Amino acid sequence: MRHRSRSFMRGGAVALALALAATISIAGQTQSGAQSAAPAKAPVAKAAPASAAAGKTYKAPRTPDGQPDLQGFWTNSTYVPLQRPNGVTKEIYTPEEAEAAIKAAAAREAEQTEPGTTADVHYDFTQFGLDRSQSTFARNMRTSLIVDPPDGKIPPVNAAGQKRQQERAAARKAAGGQYDNVENMPIGSRCIIMGGAGPPMMNAGYNANYQIVQAPGYVMILTEMIHDVRIIPLDGRAQQPSGVKQWVGLSRGRWEGETLVVETTNFNGKNAFQGSSENLKVTERFTRTADDSISYRFTVEDPQTWDRPWTAEAPLAKTDGPIFEFACHETNYGIANILAGARADEKKAAEQKKGSN
Amino acid sequence: MMRNRFLVVLIVAAVVSGVSLAVDRVTAQQAAVQSTAQAYRAPRTPDGKPNLNGIWQTMNTANWNIEAHPAGPSPVRDLGASGAVPAGLGIVEGGEIPYLPAARKKQQENYANRLKLDPEIKCYLPGVPRSTYQGMPFQIIQSTKHIMLIHEFAGAVRTIYMAEQTEAPADSWMGWSNGRWEGETLVVDTKGFNDLSWFDRAGNFHSDALHVVERFTPRSAETITYEATIEDPKVFSRPWKMSMPLYKHVERNAQILEFRCVEFVEDLLYGHLRKQPAK
Repeated sequence: MRHRSRSFMRGGAVALALALAATISIAGQTQSGAQSAAPAKAPVAKAAPASAAAGKTYKAPRTPDGQPDLQGFWTNSTYVPLQRPNGVTKEIYTPEEAEAAIKAAAAREAEQTEPGTTADVHYDFTQFGLDRSQSTFARNMRTSLIVDPPDGKIPPVNAAGQKRQQERAAARKAAGGQYDNVENMPIGSRCIIMGGAGPPMMNAGYNANYQIVQAPGYVMILTEMIHDVRIIPLDGRAQQPSGVKQWVGLSRGRWEGETLVVETTNFNGKNAFQGSSENLKVTERFTRTADDSISYRFTVEDPQTWDRPWTAEAPLAKTDGPIFEFACHETNYGIANILAGARADEKKAAEQKKGSN
Repeated sequence: MMRNRFLVVLIVAAVVSGVSLAVDRVTAQQAAVQSTAQAYRAPRTPDGKPNLNGIWQTMNTANWNIEAHPAGPSPVRDLGASGAVPAGLGIVEGGEIPYLPAARKKQQENYANRLKLDPEIKCYLPGVPRSTYQGMPFQIIQSTKHIMLIHEFAGAVRTIYMAEQTEAPADSWMGWSNGRWEGETLVVDTKGFNDLSWFDRAGNFHSDALHVVERFTPRSAETITYEATIEDPKVFSRPWKMSMPLYKHVERNAQILEFRCVEFVEDLLYGHLRKQPAK
């Protein structure tokens, strides 16, 4: 009996880690200067070039109805952290520095396979081919995805934002332990939504793949993670009333020359982006800069969280399709196993307590 | 007014498709012979194909039972009349599904245990063809290489490969769809299913040998004739067919909204594992 409940927990932990990996690896990126002795795997046969400069001369092919053609399979997988690491002051790495940063980050991911470490219990990225160095990633010489403010950091959270963070923390504490019930578990583990769907579309850690399909009046973006789809109307229609709030908000798009501009509001606030409120507004700008790359910039505005907007650039690199169905919830054994394991542990602890009295 | 607008669309489509017009006329004639729909010629997309773009929905009770059925009480007592089953004439051609004897028995068991077993209740991906008539709208995003069907229920999505067609790499809920144009008709061939989805709330089911061939034929500016041929030798004694119209949403602000139903079923699925307050 004891053995069984423990193995439930273990199986659950692995499954949970699978769902959490996105969060974990993104958090991992923000670690600064953690140079590793572990040798990096030979990275990347197919990294796409950073091509912000190329955008000035490149003109995208056109769809049959005349839109700049963004269609195909893309990835925003990257080793560049959202925020500039502490101790780094420059905005753009030299090619040698960029290569070294990639190798260091790849080595950190490889560390997750070292037997006996906590990270190894979480998930074996390398074994399952999910570490970024084994697939296409968007080559980017920037030291941070954030391009504004110039220091590459998220602006300080203002008083209203801090108050909300405290309230959220208090609510979480009042709700009990993470494994007390399903509602307390992370939304990614619950297969509700995962990193990557956005907006803004952030590197999901693995499966950071997208498919863009265009039809007259619409752009559709399929996110591989949990088959999340955004259908963006381009017909200038008004935003929906504020009564309609969604996990991914509601998006409206338009073409400004070569650039697809997408504005999204009507978030439900349950999937806060970097602590944002439900009044978050995200403005994304997609510009095809080469056959194999799209410049993707997003600006985040939320006066109830930050006193100023901030902007990041996370290029999309062309990758091979197709995208296979990511049916997450349908076989989410992890949730039931983790909760069952937690209940079994509680029962055992209660029996031991009774026995020792 | 309506007709005038339609004529304009037709003229624009004709101008855009220009050179291919003569060819289209021939294929349209072929389609009229092949299809049960009347000889309607749909407006064209800019790349010259019948334009299926739009938000579509069925108007029938097939999701309750694809076979003919009388009205009945709600399977959940507390929902009363709001959850009761409306009668339906069925969408199966010939009336009855040609089950193998053991399979019919399994369908009846499924029906008896439907509250526990119906994947829809658990917010699982609906499978094909159930996604079409499950009751919520879906949007067709039609491009040259890929045609996307995006369903409101559970955000289920299908990619129909019009080019670069391959076999299903593995089994899945929504299957692996390759498409082609036959005159006015989009023909979608889907295989690679798992054996976990149902056809309806009445326990009608299939195995992983399911093979579905769907035909989408525009029959007016705002309706499509939808037909699906179902083949599954492990469950049915012969292939059989269903058909129904799809209706287009004409509201100017129509859009597929979020129905992220996982959240709505968590207590149902995991509530028994909730930590109980200390005594």
